This record gives sequence, structure tokens and C-alpha cells, in this order.
Amino acid sequence: MAYTAEKPVPPPSSDELRARIPGWGADLDPADRPSFPRESLDLRPEGAHWDFPERQEPDGPRERSVEHKFLTPVFGTAQPLTGISGVIRRYAYDRFSEGRAAHWLLLIAGDRVDAIESHLKSFATFRPDNPITETGLMAEVKRHPIRSRFGRGRADLRHTWIDPILVAGPWVLTGWLVLKVLRPKR
Amino acid sequence: MRAMTYRGPYKVRVEEKDMPKIEHPNDAIVRVDLASICGSDLHLYHGLMTDLRIGHTFGHEFIGTVHEVGPSVQNLKVGDRVMVPFNIYCGSCFFCARGLYSNCHNVNANATAVGGIYGYSHTTGGYDGGQAEFVRVPFADVGPTIIPEWMDPEDALMLTDAFSTGYFGAQIGDIHEGDTVVVFGAGPVGLAAARSSWLMGAGRVIVIDHLDYRLEKAREFAFAETYNFNEYDDIVVHMKKITGFLGADVAIEAVGAEADGNLLQHITAAKLKMQGGSPVALNWAIDSVRKGATVSVIGAYGPIFNAVKFGDAVNKGLTLRMNQAPVKRQWPRLFEHIKNGYIKPSDMITHRIPLEHIAEGYHMFSSKLDDCIKTVVVPNAS
Repeated sequence: MAYTAEKPVPPPSSDELRARIPGWGADLDPADRPSFPRESLDLRPEGAHWDFPERQEPDGPRERSVEHKFLTPVFGTAQPLTGISGVIRRYAYDRFSEGRAAHWLLLIAGDRVDAIESHLKSFATFRPDNPITETGLMAEVKRHPIRSRFGRGRADLRHTWIDPILVAGPWVLTGWLVLKVLRPKR
Repeated sequence: MRAMTYRGPYKVRVEEKDMPKIEHPNDAIVRVDLASICGSDLHLYHGLMTDLRIGHTFGHEFIGTVHEVGPSVQNLKVGDRVMVPFNIYCGSCFFCARGLYSNCHNVNANATAVGGIYGYSHTTGGYDGGQAEFVRVPFADVGPTIIPEWMDPEDALMLTDAFSTGYFGAQIGDIHEGDTVVVFGAGPVGLAAARSSWLMGAGRVIVIDHLDYRLEKAREFAFAETYNFNEYDDIVVHMKKITGFLGADVAIEAVGAEADGNLLQHITAAKLKMQGGSPVALNWAIDSVRKGATVSVIGAYGPIFNAVKFGDAVNKGLTLRMNQAPVKRQWPRLFEHIKNGYIKPSDMITHRIPLEHIAEGYHMFSSKLDDCIKTVVVPNAS
């Protein structure tokens, strides 16, 4: 088979495909494709009865990207900044644009600190974090763990060993450090 | 109300949270009837997305019943049954006015690089999601649509993201009649992209994954030719062989940040978070297509850098197209396709669980147990 102008593996005929595949070619004409063209001023959605939306009232100082001119008129209020993680996150927002790796790396650091803060706080509640129920391990009992994993050539099994280390590792390490600090020196 | 909450990487639970309230005149509060767990929720679950705060409720795929509306809402009333696109958008900014609903400039204070998404961290705006009994829906006059009487609620649910995103991915692949399309990933979005490629007139649709049960689904649901990359020394070479050493005309990357197939890439990206995601599937897509081809990227990635083979893309003259799907734009045409019997999105669903079992649901999906492809969550199962 030489390299020529022809397609080396020609497709089946349109008639054959239409007979075999329900709806084959229904959107063959780009005009029938809802995302064609990608951008057009004819695509303004219905329902917006404003040129600029009314502004949502912030409860307090709401963090925002420095790449925004102002706080957007609508924003989420799901989990306001709090604690040390809140300080880290606010610094990331106030100091670095989205174009800087430092912005994102600080946010990742904030996430990890938030996890530690929240786990510790949970121990002061009537519902402390429970690694057995929260990791959903009970699914292992009912959802065919052996059949699902083995003899099926799953590529992900090469690295799933690292998951328990990632989940439990920081706790084991913290426990070890606490013990080391608290243990009286001889 | 009861809601799923994030408690740190690999940990979620159900807890009692305050009822969401009207915070803007065009808000609605929706009582969630059905939600689902998306493959991209796993990126959150694994701690891969930035500014993901403890206590966040995931869930960007949901349908429900309007419980309360703000004073400026004109198009919805209490009791309406609605499907809600995963995009939160104002309908009036520069981007919305041009049809780029997923890139709205008025809803995400935390970032300009992405629009607003329900339950997808503070990087996408800090809105709690729909894996809960109730959810706040901003711009209720713009995003939600009343579910047609004739539509199966589970089909409506699948249109709120997964099927619409797959359909969008096939469109931005710019498929021409007779094209060979290779789809990386046989999760729900990949299945939808493969099925949609035929609607665009593809001549051959190939799906690549490493999970046999998903490839079986791709053959049955999407009529696709399938290959398990684990069975080949080099899946790129195999793609060249089966296309006469030319390469596919179009590739659709529907895997995203946790792609398998290269241990080093996976561990540095998905486990150690040193990249915005594992670029294995994207690199395979770049290398598997012919010169001058189009690569459509609909997999989700984190915002930091990736080790993408950009030089190959330049030298092959590829067109790379990507975006979060502007979901509501897809609906009128998808409604027609469902009505005509061309597609049945709910056939992707494999599991249904009550909200109280959400931790087990995430573990099952994450660990690929019980041949799980798509899990529906029922918040008010009782």
C-alpha cells in the first residue's frame, strides 16, 4: 500500500451506515449543529431581562481574581474563607493573577491546610471524621471487589497501591510526630 | 437539609446543612429530584481541583422541582419541574451574548479562566451543587428549562452535562462525512461523543479505553469499534496501523485529568498534583490523528500546567478545539434526536443510589467496582 492521495481505508457507504446506525448523518449539515458557529451575536440566550444583572449583596469581603475589574454581580457563597487556609487563599487571590503558578500552588496548599484544620475541628464535635465511612469502603463489601479488579487487565491497578498512602499517610506521619514530641526524653 | 459534603481527598459524607436561600433577585431554590455523579466529580473527589473547600457539596448534573423563586424571576414558578445545565450564566455579558454560555464573565468572581459551575470548587465560583436535597440556582430565567412532559426524567438528567458535553465534543471535532473519529475514554462523555459522531456523519467511530466493560458498552450504546490500550504495546502505532498508517481524521479526548496509560504521568499528575492533570490521553490524541486533523478536547483538567506534546500538534498542523459545553445550546436539537429515537441517553446509567450512600457511590465509581459507568443519586429516596 503506497502513500497516495486516496484514503487508505475507505469508509462504508452512506446507505450502509444509515441502515446500520439510528440517526446516522442527521447533523451532517453544519447548519443543524447547535454549536456551529461557535460564536455569533444571534446566540444570545433568552430570559435575560437586563443589560447588566442586579448586584448580589456580599456578606463581607469576598475574595476575587485580580483579573476581574470588580466583584462579579453574582457569586457563590458556599464556604467563605476561614482559618489559616483562608489567609493562604486570600493571599493567593490578592497577590497573584491566574497567570502565575504561585496563585494555583497557594490554592492547592490552602486546600491541604483546610483539610487538616477541618479534621482537627471535627474532633471537637459530636461527629468526628470517620475514615471508614467517609472513604466509602463499605462499597467493597457489596460491589464485587475481586471480580471488578482482577483478571481484567486494568491499567489503573498499577498505581492504586498509592491511594491508601495518600489518604492515611499524612495521619500516620502526624501521629508519629505528635508521639515523638510528647514522649518524655530520657 | 441533607447534602453530600467533601471532607478532604477521597472522603465525603452526608450531613445536615442550612437550606440554601435566595441571594439575588433572579435566584431560584430547586428541590433536587435526581442528581448524578460525573467523571469530573472524581477529579474533585481525588483533590485535584484547586480551592476546593471542606464542606463543599458537589453535583453539577441534576434535575428538580422549583421550591422558591426570587422577586425578579419571570419564567419559572414554584412546582415547575426543571432540568438545570451545569453552566451558571447571566445571559447578558460579552460571552453569553455570543453563545459562549460556559464562559460567562458575570458569575465567577474567583477566576476569569473559567465560568460558573455548580458544585465544582471555588475556582468555578463557589456554588454548592445538586447532590443535596436543595440547591440555589442563580439566573433562574436563563439556565433552567422546564422538562417536557414526554421526556424520561433520567434522559433529562443525562442532558444536564454528560450527553450534551459529548454531543458538543463531536461538533467541535468538525466531523465531515466519512471521517474516521477516534474517541479516547469510554466513560459517559466519551460514549456520548462516540454516539454523536455518527449523527455528524462519521464513517468509522473508534473508542479507546482500558476497561473492558466500558468498551463493551461503547460497542452496544455507541456502535463503536473498540480497542483496549492495555492489549497493545503502543496504542498510537495501532491507531496508525488500522487507518492505513494515515491516522484518524478527528480525535475526541474525553478522559481528562486522570488519564491512565503512563504510570509516571499519572502519578505526577493525578496523585502528586504536580501537573493540572495527566496528559496521556491528550498526547495520544495528538499523535493518533493524521496531519491537518482536528483534536476536540472535552476532558476536564486543573488550571496548572501540563506536559502536553504541543510541538507535535504544531508540526502536524492540527486544529485543537475545546471548551466546557454551553449545554443549553445543545438541548433543542437533542430533544429532537431523543424524540426521533436516535439516542437514549439514560441507557448509560448503571447504578441508582440514595443520597445517604453517596460515600459508597464515590468509592465504587472511583475504584471502578461493579462495572460502574454512571450513577444516579436520589436525594429524596425515602
